[in-house]
Amino acid sequence: MKTLFNFFEKLGNSITSRVLRLGAATRLIFLIFVYSGDSFKRIHLTIREVYFTGVMSLVIIVVSAFFVGMVLGLQGYYTLQKYGSSEAIGVLVALALVRELGPVVTALLFAGRAGTAITAEIGLMKATEQLSAMEMMAVSPIARIIAPRFWAGVIAMPILASIFSMVGVLGGYVVAVPIIGVDEGAFWSQMQANVDFNFDIMSGLIKSLVFGVACTIIALFEGFDAPPTAEGVSRATTRTVVTSSLAILALDFVLTSFMISG
Amino acid sequence: MSDNIISIKDLRFGYGNRELHKGINMQFPRGKVSAIMGGSGSGKTTILRLIGGQIKPTAGQVSVDGTIVHQQDREGIYRLRRKMGMLFQHGALFSDLSVFENVAFPMREHTDLPENIIKDLVLLKLNAVGLRGAAYLMPTELSGGMARRVALARAIALDPDIIMYDEPFAGLDPISMAVICDLIRTLNDALGATSIIVTHDVAETFSFADYVYFIADGVVAAEGTPKQLMTSKLPFIKQFIHGEKDGPVPFHYNAPSLNSDLGL
Ligand SMILES: Nc1ncnc2c1ncn2[C@@H]1O[C@H](COP(=O)(O)OP(=O)(O)O)[C@@H](O)[C@H]1O
Ligand SMILES: [Mg+2]
Repeated sequence: MKTLFNFFEKLGNSITSRVLRLGAATRLIFLIFVYSGDSFKRIHLTIREVYFTGVMSLVIIVVSAFFVGMVLGLQGYYTLQKYGSSEAIGVLVALALVRELGPVVTALLFAGRAGTAITAEIGLMKATEQLSAMEMMAVSPIARIIAPRFWAGVIAMPILASIFSMVGVLGGYVVAVPIIGVDEGAFWSQMQANVDFNFDIMSGLIKSLVFGVACTIIALFEGFDAPPTAEGVSRATTRTVVTSSLAILALDFVLTSFMISG
Repeated sequence: MSDNIISIKDLRFGYGNRELHKGINMQFPRGKVSAIMGGSGSGKTTILRLIGGQIKPTAGQVSVDGTIVHQQDREGIYRLRRKMGMLFQHGALFSDLSVFENVAFPMREHTDLPENIIKDLVLLKLNAVGLRGAAYLMPTELSGGMARRVALARAIALDPDIIMYDEPFAGLDPISMAVICDLIRTLNDALGATSIIVTHDVAETFSFADYVYFIADGVVAAEGTPKQLMTSKLPFIKQFIHGEKDGPVPFHYNAPSLNSDLGL
């Protein structure tokens, strides 16, 4: 009986604390929008963050994209040639990248690279009282620190995802055309004819924009909410990766089903 | 205008259900250096945060320059904070900005001064703490004492009326400690400011403070000039000042008797 009570008590506590955190995260989003006016007045802060987050993730994204593109080329060719349609390899690679892998893999890599860096930075600023110090100087940390990083993430993600898709297509090309020997003209012309701007490219961009919002909010919130200790910050960093990854995959399913049915 | 720039009346505050302050009264006269002393966890830092309006009291009030802090909206609190400079326990310098930019930060945020004037002002402030030569170092390149002095330069960047120091001596070597002591007094008198120091270092504080408050168990346990307190007969004050390990503040944390814990 007692264990049962303990179980319900634990369950209750864990649910309450999750709901409270969700509330706190919502409040943070609200505050970011309220203070964004202030931070847009000093747009250089946001530009600086776009540069940092973008550049930080660029190398890993370019390298991964190239490998992902090459694998798609190989796997695609292997399957397509069974049906005698190996020239469709260009379309397959491009659609897979633009619609799914570009936004999703970019977001996952972004969460691991830029997201963790954001959480650790904000958490450390909190632990070393830098955020309190700013507050005491009558400067809002939300306007000065949080909002610029939020907009930077939202801007950087679609750009990075586009770069991912482009480099990925290049990787697929390298495998399909020079190595396997698919006809170059067919590779590009089929791709051009079958990738639709509105449906394929826009839906990819919308996805990466949504992932950008989610990843950046999660990273910022975890840092802002971290207990101000070394252990607290390191746990928060781990949570950023776990929560962001789950959020990205779940959101991807939701968005895809809307896009395909609509 | 009253000659107390800050006054705290019947202040009550607690985190969660635990009451930390149980009716605190303090006055901080203009132009003086006052100290708040008490053991770790007695709520000293929290008093500074209440003065700065970062948290609201559950009862009672803090007024700064005649304005009741917790009744202000955000704008009002920000206006009050511009009169205050605060030195955080470990300096809290912005780790991504150089020493120069740290000191320039409040000026850039709150004034429209041209760059050449900001440069002169920053160098003057750094000169006042003896670190003009360190202007282009990063915070990670500074020793603990230097970081604290830079933070002090930043706290006085806008010539505040009130300067608050949270444990300015903690973790410093004796030389840096003497330097900081000296700076607190000099800056207070040169700027015509009012200083509040939160600390548990008895010897340093008594050497230069004008007035001292001791807090214990959520109330002001004793107050007076250092001279008055030195001769205090209160057991708690005697224990604190002379650093005796046992007394009204027990050495042992509450526990059942040793015999019963050991099963004897
Ligand atoms: N944000 C907070 N939430 C909950 N408890 C806190 C918080 N800040 C401080 N405390 C607790 O309040 C007590 C007093 O803290 P503080 O004012 O920092 O004491 P002092 O500066 O005198 O050492 C401590 O026991 C501390 O653990
Ligand atoms: Mg403290």
